[in-house]
Parts: sequence; C-alpha cells; structure tokens
Amino acid sequence: MPRIRRTRPVLPPGLVASELSRRSFMRSAAAAGGLGIGVPSLLSACGTEGTGQTAETCKSTDRSSSEKELVWSNWPEYIDVKGKQLPTLEDFEKESGIDVTYNTDVNDNNEFFAKVQNQLGDCQPVNRDIIVLTDWMAARMVKLGWLQKLDHANLPNVDQNLVQNLQGPDWDRKRDYSVPWQSGFTGIAYNKKYTKPVGSFEELMTRPDLKGRISLLKEMRDTMGFMLLLAGADPTDFSDNDWQKAIEQLESGVSSGQIRRFTGNDYVDDLNNGDIAACEAWSGDVIAMQYDNPDIEWVVPEEGLALWSDNMLVPNKAYHKTNAEALMNYYYEPETAARLAAWVNYVCPVQGAKEAMEKIDPSLVDAPLIFPDEAFLAKAFSFKSLDESTAKQYDTDFSQAIG
Amino acid sequence: MTALGHLPTPANTVAPERDEGHRRGPAGYLLMIPGTVWLALFFVLPTVTLAASSLYDPSGSLLNGYQMTWHWQNYTEALREYAPIFLRSFLYAFAATVVCLLLGFPLAYAIAFKAGRWKNLMLVAVIAPFFTSFLVRTLSWKFLLSDNGFIVQTLSSLPAVPDDLRLLATPFAVITGLAYNFLPFMVLPLYASLEKMDPRLLEAAGDLYASPVNGFLRVTLPLAMPGVVAGTLLTFIPAAGDFINDELLGNPRTRMIGNTIQQLFLQAGDVATASALSVTMMVVIVLMVLVYVRKAGTEDLV
Repeated sequence: MPRIRRTRPVLPPGLVASELSRRSFMRSAAAAGGLGIGVPSLLSACGTEGTGQTAETCKSTDRSSSEKELVWSNWPEYIDVKGKQLPTLEDFEKESGIDVTYNTDVNDNNEFFAKVQNQLGDCQPVNRDIIVLTDWMAARMVKLGWLQKLDHANLPNVDQNLVQNLQGPDWDRKRDYSVPWQSGFTGIAYNKKYTKPVGSFEELMTRPDLKGRISLLKEMRDTMGFMLLLAGADPTDFSDNDWQKAIEQLESGVSSGQIRRFTGNDYVDDLNNGDIAACEAWSGDVIAMQYDNPDIEWVVPEEGLALWSDNMLVPNKAYHKTNAEALMNYYYEPETAARLAAWVNYVCPVQGAKEAMEKIDPSLVDAPLIFPDEAFLAKAFSFKSLDESTAKQYDTDFSQAIG
Repeated sequence: MTALGHLPTPANTVAPERDEGHRRGPAGYLLMIPGTVWLALFFVLPTVTLAASSLYDPSGSLLNGYQMTWHWQNYTEALREYAPIFLRSFLYAFAATVVCLLLGFPLAYAIAFKAGRWKNLMLVAVIAPFFTSFLVRTLSWKFLLSDNGFIVQTLSSLPAVPDDLRLLATPFAVITGLAYNFLPFMVLPLYASLEKMDPRLLEAAGDLYASPVNGFLRVTLPLAMPGVVAGTLLTFIPAAGDFINDELLGNPRTRMIGNTIQQLFLQAGDVATASALSVTMMVVIVLMVLVYVRKAGTEDLV
C-alpha cells in the first residue's frame, strides 16, 4: 500500500513542537543528566541551619514611642464588624492614637507558619506586630524562640482579668509570650433535617445510618483528642501505645468509609446542604451558622470537649511591641471583651465580661459556649503539649491515617 | 512546497542576507539571556534544592536544621508507604485522559470540519471556562453532584438505581472533575492537528473504496496523531499531579499523590519524604513521556 504523504503537523506552541524530535529530547535529557553529575557538591550545600533563636541571637528594637502604629494579623471573621467598620478596634485607635492596620491573613496555623518561617528562622522582620495563632502553634513558636517577651507592667488588665483556667498553660507558664485572644470548644454539630440527634463520637464513628456522611477536622490535636478518648486514653496524658490505638481507631473509620472527608472551616457548607449529616465542629462557627439555619445543632460529646485558645503573639523584630501591649490590654477591659464576644461568639477569656454583657445583649449572658461555667469546663480537655520530634512523628502518623 | 520555492532566485540577492544572518549571531545569544536566567532561577535552582531536600537526614527539624546526608532511604521508605497512592493517581489520570480523548476527539473533529461559521464560537466555548477560576469551577461540580442535588435525586428515583446512590466523594466524582478540568487541553491540540488536514484526502480515500471507518483509521487518525500525543500528555501530566479535584470531590480513600505531598509538606512538616515523592513523581512522568513519545512515533510524522 502506498503510504499517504504526510503533511507537516502543526502543534500548539510550546508543546512537542515539530523541532523537538525524540532525538533532541533524548539529547537534552542527557545534557540534564550531565548537569546532574556536576551538582553533587551543590547538593551537599543545600542543608539548612537550625532556626532556633534566643533573646541574645535575635534582638528587637521598639519604636513604639515615635511610631504610633501597629500591624495585626488575625483570622477572618474574628473581630466585631459593623458595616465596613470595626467598632472596638476603631475605639482603640481613637483612645490611644495608635493607627492599626488589621489584616485577616491567618487561615490555617500550618499555612501561616510556612509563610513566616524563613524570615523568623533567620531573625528577619515579618512586618507584623501581633499575630494570632492556636495554642500548639504558639507553643512551637515559643520553643523556637521566635517571639518577644511581653512586659506585664503594660498589661495590668490581662493580669487582673484573664480567666483562671487559661492562666498558665504548660508551654507558657507565666504568659510571658502569649495573651489569649479568644477560646473555643471542639464538639459535634449535626443537621437535624438530615439525621437523628448525635450525642457522642462513638455514635459518629459507628452508626450505620451516618456511613459516609460525617466529617472530622484536619487539625491533628482536635481529632486525635477524641480518638484517644474513644481508645480509652486521656488526651492530656497518654502513652505511645495509646496513640497507636487511637490511630487504629481513626484508620478503621477511614477504611470502612464511615468518614467522608477531613476538613478545615469548610465543613460549614457541607453541613448546611446536608452532604454531611454530622461532624466534628468548632463552637463559634456553629453558633454563627445557627443564625441562618435553625436546623443546625451543636452538642457536647459524651466523651468530653476539646478546649483551645488562639493567642496574640509578638514576633521577633516587630518594631511596635509597646503598642501591641496597649492593644492587648485594651481588649481585656470587660466592656470591650463583651462587645467583641457578642459578635464573634467564641469563648471569652476575660473575667467580668459576663457582667458587662448584660448591658450589651442579655440573651448571651447565659450562653455556655461564650461564658462556660465550672461544670462545663470540667468536661473540657486540652491536648498534651508535644516536643518537636514527637509532634512530627504524630503529624506524619495522622497524615497517613487520613489518606 | 509552493511554486515560489522552485523559482530560480538570483544568487547575489540571497547571499548578503545569509551573511547578515550570521552576523546577527551574538544578538541571538543576548536574546537568550532572559530566558536562561528565568530557567535557572525558577527551574534549575528549585529542582536542585528539591533533589537536595529529598536526601535530607529524616531526623532533621526546623529547630536543629536539616542536613543533606545522601539519605537515599527516604525514597524506599516513601515508596513503601505511598506506592498505592502513586498507582491510584496514575490510574485516575489515565481514566480521565481516556474520557477526555473520547469526548474531545469528536468535539475537535466537529469544530474542525463541521462547524462552518460556528467554528470560532465553538472554539471560544471551549476556551471560555478559563475565564473563571479553576477552583470555582470545581466547587460547582461539588454543588452539581451533591447528595441532595438535582442529579443524584433524579437518578435515584429511577427504578434500577439504588436509593442511597452517591456521586460526590467517590472516585467517579474525582475522575469526572479531572476530565472536566483538563478537557480543553485535549481539544485544542486535537483541533490544531485536524484543522491542518486536507479534507480532500478523505474524498480520495473514498474514491479508492475505503469505507468511512477505514478512512478514519487510515487517514484521519494517523494525521491527528501529533494532536493525540500532545493532548494526552497535556491531560495526563497535570491530572496525575492534581490535588484540587480530590480535595474537593474525593474522600479519604481517593487520595492522590498531590494531596499527600501537600499534606506532608505543610501539615506534617516532613520535608524529606515530601521531596522524595515529588522527585519520584517527576522522574516517573519523564520516563513515561519518553516511552510514550517513542511508542507513538510522532517523530515519524514530522
């Protein structure tokens, strides 16, 4: 058979263009290989130094007296808003004369850490005076020596009004580096339009009618705290053996198809439209959802409640530490704290705010998710703090378990 | 060759042009500088650091730093742990590529030969989805395939379909998402190949008593091969490394390698394993492409 004379094919630019025949491709691959032989010495130079800092290796200067300004990075929807204004923050600016730049660029602890780790590890400024991070990440930053020590002489309200149970976490006994911004509980939420009530993690992980309709959180400490409880261990103090059992608990939930997804904040949409009937959820999110969707219920799991806080921190080389302390102190005035709590719906860490709330919104005074009482707090646990290598091991185990 | 090519051209008009071309040599190298710098900064350097970090001592940490110790066991350990996920990624990418080819070929054919004055409109329709973000488009699939959405509800009301049918958070949803997102990358190269084809070749095939099927297999398909090769590569490679589709449409048992690498880098902070996986991914893809290009024999067509 005579072969058809083939016309020259025209390929889209940048592709296997006609000039790039297999031979030239091989040639360039060989060239790249040759380059590879030259690079081992280069490769060896690619290790990194330790990134720990101390007050001696990384000194910060304070320009607060001459520069009345402050840059603050916080999580989205974590401050009171009125239209386009931020009432409590604007009152602070008026009162103190400090100009605050408010950014909501913290979406995820790990992601934010990745964003600042090169600068902070190298003692470079990150151009932020206050950052807000969750306990375990704050603990990590304290250990790395990336934070400035706060001067409690500038924080009289914090010393006076910080609630008892948050006064001395094991990673920052004297609150030298951190001041809680808001706290919250991790529990269970369900959509009653799509499922019968759910009361415990036991039910969440085993009930056949919930198969493939539940989600857990990607935050290792939140989820594993409950898995440890299911395995009969105490999340505040457990052994490696307990940890293994808890991981197996999680793996069985994944392999049986009980767990549909691991999520961040995005469980909110799935729960709203019923793709997820019940899930592990953060208290403040759920209260906010309830305003729009009365079918959403939040329950205290029978196993207990995870309690966590997000903390205001001043990173190394932030130039406005005194201004930052003024802001922290301001938010520990009970009236201000109550105005804030009425909007964000998270657990308020300020004593006296409950009384102040009566003037602002009496319906919230008895809300246990904003002002929990002793009995409520007795059910709450915090995850034990981990050293760097254990944390890495556990994080890896957790990543492998969730798929 | 055009008739013009055969016209005798006076030598004295051609020669100086050629000389000038030679004199422009240094300018050509100068023009290469931006591209070379760009490649060195954004391709060579990251690749070298990636290769280096894949050989880090796994006991390194941010606090104490990482040492490059030629710890090649990172690779064996990563593969032992994550081989099934690799396999799954390639399987999903392959399935998505097949779907794209089956959907894309008729579409490209229709645009090239049958669209008439609608040709440009159809091309715009293929490209139009790029005007919205990848993420938003994938999120709308989530809405479409939702358990309580129109599609699932309608399907499960049919007699032969089980009532608890689920599409979202299944391998089906992930492959659908991949196929949807990369379809234009299949259609455009196919169209570019087919568009160059002379339709009279098919008439000639018919004149020589080739059936339409025979004509397609012996004329159209061989001429479209460069497009098929380009399209499948453009679909398969990004699909194998994709993580958005699985993140939004999948479940924990449909994890792809992109998700694992992201998770290891950002959540677990396991730089060494994540880099080892990335390098393995690059090497495997390059090898597959080499074998594929060789087997498909596009060189023969050039």
